[in-house]
Amino acid sequence: MPILSKEEAQALLKKVLSYSKAEECEASLFGSEGGNIRYALNAVSTAGDISTTGLSVTSAYGKKSASANIDEFDDAALERVVRRSEELAQLAPENPEREEMPGPATFKEAITYNPKTAAMTPDTRADLVAKSLDVTKKAGLSAAGFLENSTTFSAVMNSKGFFAYNKGTNVIFSVTTRNDAGTASGYAARGFTDVSKLDTESATRIATMKANASIGARALEPGKYTVILEPVAATYLLENMFRFDARSADEGRSFLSKKGGGTRLGEQLMDEKVTIYSDPFDPDLPASTWGRDGLPREKTVWIDKGVVKTLSYNRYYAKKKGVAPQAGPENIIMMGGNTSLEEMIKSTEKGILVSRLWYIRMVDPQVLLLTGLTRDGTFYIENGEIKFPVKNFRFNESPVIMLNNLEALGKPERSISVESYRSYMIPPMKVRDFTFSSLSDAV
Amino acid sequence: MKRRDFLYLSGIGATALMLPGLPSLGNPVDQAAALEYVDVKIKKELADAALNTAKAKGASYADVRIGRYFNQAIITRENRVQNIGSGESYGVGIRVIANGCWGFAATNLMTKEGMAATAAKAVAVAKANAKIGGKPVELAPQKGYGEVSWKTPIEKNAFEVPIKEKVDLLLNANGIATAAGASFVNSSIFAVNEQKYFASTDGSYIDQDIHRIYPNFTISKVDRELGVFETIRGSSSPKGLGYEYLTPSDSEKVTGVVTRYKNRYDLLEDIKQMSRVASEKVMAKSVEPGKYDLVLDPSHLWLTIHESVGHPTELDRVLGYEANFAGTSFLTLDKWRSKNFHFGSEHVNIVGDKLQYGSLGAVGYDDEGVKCGKWDIIKDGVLVNYQAIRDQAHIIGLNASQGCCYAQSWSDVQFQRMPNVSLQPGKTPLSVDEMIKNVKKGIYIIGDGSFSIDQQRYNFQFGGQMFYEIKDGKIAGMLNDVAYQANTQEFWNSCVAVCDEKDYRLGGSFNDGKGQPSQSSAVSHGSSTARFNGVNVINTKRKIG
Repeated sequence: MPILSKEEAQALLKKVLSYSKAEECEASLFGSEGGNIRYALNAVSTAGDISTTGLSVTSAYGKKSASANIDEFDDAALERVVRRSEELAQLAPENPEREEMPGPATFKEAITYNPKTAAMTPDTRADLVAKSLDVTKKAGLSAAGFLENSTTFSAVMNSKGFFAYNKGTNVIFSVTTRNDAGTASGYAARGFTDVSKLDTESATRIATMKANASIGARALEPGKYTVILEPVAATYLLENMFRFDARSADEGRSFLSKKGGGTRLGEQLMDEKVTIYSDPFDPDLPASTWGRDGLPREKTVWIDKGVVKTLSYNRYYAKKKGVAPQAGPENIIMMGGNTSLEEMIKSTEKGILVSRLWYIRMVDPQVLLLTGLTRDGTFYIENGEIKFPVKNFRFNESPVIMLNNLEALGKPERSISVESYRSYMIPPMKVRDFTFSSLSDAV
Repeated sequence: MKRRDFLYLSGIGATALMLPGLPSLGNPVDQAAALEYVDVKIKKELADAALNTAKAKGASYADVRIGRYFNQAIITRENRVQNIGSGESYGVGIRVIANGCWGFAATNLMTKEGMAATAAKAVAVAKANAKIGGKPVELAPQKGYGEVSWKTPIEKNAFEVPIKEKVDLLLNANGIATAAGASFVNSSIFAVNEQKYFASTDGSYIDQDIHRIYPNFTISKVDRELGVFETIRGSSSPKGLGYEYLTPSDSEKVTGVVTRYKNRYDLLEDIKQMSRVASEKVMAKSVEPGKYDLVLDPSHLWLTIHESVGHPTELDRVLGYEANFAGTSFLTLDKWRSKNFHFGSEHVNIVGDKLQYGSLGAVGYDDEGVKCGKWDIIKDGVLVNYQAIRDQAHIIGLNASQGCCYAQSWSDVQFQRMPNVSLQPGKTPLSVDEMIKNVKKGIYIIGDGSFSIDQQRYNFQFGGQMFYEIKDGKIAGMLNDVAYQANTQEFWNSCVAVCDEKDYRLGGSFNDGKGQPSQSSAVSHGSSTARFNGVNVINTKRKIG
């Protein structure tokens, strides 16, 4: 039941809509099937096999609408959820921003599904984890990790003839390796659509190397440093910036708001090495070709050579502003450069190599000022060489300011955010004047 | 016999297990059915089907959680409703120990066949993982309670209150803010009802009905000419209460520079005062960085307690089970064993409490069938205990779990989650005014803001909603761009006074994330206003080109 084919989803949604008495009705189905293993102290701590399917129905009468969700699929439940959304919609006050539901549309078939990932079982997961544990046991370190695979689908149909379907797979793996004394910690994270690309052994070896290299960290004075951010570190920091919404910018409450009114569309906001775009057909980071708003997802450049190129407009706001609707990003790819991580280190007179960042939170949304800490491998670089591990720093920095201080970019790689687990294509980067504000004793 | 019981017993199975609609969406017809609960007899039969299969397949222990989760969200901005949503989720999570290893599986196929198949899957998962090796699970003994029940002591079920009443309240509030000069205002009411049934091979069958509510708003004030904006949130807290939380009561108010609220909230009064505060905040002067004595209101301090006391005393973190995500803890077992680790000053007394009225964490029994209670974590400044569940209790010499197990849904595996962790009020009478009177150079912080702490909980940085400068014992006006940074142990040792119980209030988090895959839980933290001397304050103002 959890993963319906296009035809099965279409049939079920048709049945749901057949119960509708509202002026407009939209039904959306989503399902997920998969499992996970969590391990710590070199043994499995929790593991599960989970499947869920849900249905959401939105009914509308003119400018009044409401939705209701359910995870039961007998005929009575389907009718009940439709009635409930209708009752709620009739009670709802008018929303002047409600747009009519979209009519028929066609979308290209996405490349988000991989049968090998979909076929994973508790045993294949256990095998992948066993490979990771072999590495840490041999290295005399303790591993804590997480492996999760999922197959998901979503389908939307409305009473005006719109239908769209997508199915995808994902596997994520992360591991932290520590020594018994608590003086060493290393980390690696991977995410793929196709599980055959996942090598838990080599990822764990990297985490192990980082852990061993981090022993004996020394304290450096906080202050402004040139930093080299590995993709996992840069991804988590930049994730906070990937909202290119026109409305909040127009309203004066975004980093994309212009002093005196309006947005910063067309302005040079960052270094010209920065180009950020979305593309559902990126082979390393495929995404759905449509969104819940009924809008297509196509290749879209958001920041072009540092200039704000595109802002997103939902259908209501686009109409109000007299522009074409533009969906927000479904995936994010930041273009890279030709500088390898080794070359970045070699060209650094004095700087810090950052493996991972942690607990990033917004301090000031006007300038996207964020705070957070380094973690799991922070190293001092002097005269082109890694000299010694350093204690972790707290930083207070804005990704927008940081991308103005960009010195070099490497090749983008698929990285997962260590908090949201979303995947991005982000290059390693070298940045000057990055602000570290205090030291942390954490390992 | 009720219709759905008939359908169930007639063997039609899942399709027959009729669940009522969301309680009281304003429709009188729906309402009668909505407040019906699934009969405990049916839940017991389903649970027994799962337990029996698990045992037959080789499980040495099994527990079953049948959960119906309802939620309702009403979201507005300015003069319009953006969304009215309701959710209902019904299913079962089955956890087993087989070959010494945990296994878990979940389904929403609510038939005896669904139970059996899922229990068998959970055993298969456990056996696959047991091959990897590791120490066998050791469970603290737990007697079965037989058939028992518990309910959040609410006065008014939020799901019975008509949608229109909630919408009218929010739009009325938004109107007050707009009239008072807010550029934008967003407001919302979230309500949650967890109907949870727990059964285990220990012989417990526990039926619980849990309610939570969270009304809030955000006011934005934009100065387009200057290109600046400020936002401020309401003074409400999420609560383990029913809709009675939204019935104002003077006895539940704490007056001062702004009015704050205990277990009853006055939304309309609060949005009026916060509209004024938002205008003041835009004009507030930027803080001079340096050392200040901080006077921290409970609406702010709850979050500092949560991050710097709640998380580092989670035993699973201490042991290394969270190392890959949230991290470990500086409060290692040797510090606890020494019985002499001074976490804070003698004013710092912190308890774990799963029973407190109005709190988000209050339940009768946790998600592994342990009756809940209250215990000391920090006593007179010294670390004396942690927060543990059944498979950890033996590690700290306990012969029973402390009842800290929770799963966000039937589809997630339960694990150790924070109970309400609260700073006890001072024992000698002390008001906030008296506390401020003795501060020469300080900042009075109300409301929670930005927060960040490292993976072992040493170094933290907190912002806030409202910052008032204290000069020579008097409030000297509003400040902006304030954040404080400290080391957890130094910070709690700089606590020189805690106000008495008259000022005690609960703050809390409706969505506290932990674990992989990440799960959300709701938890409260209480305190009275407390003073911390000589804390490092930074200025967070930056500019982009």
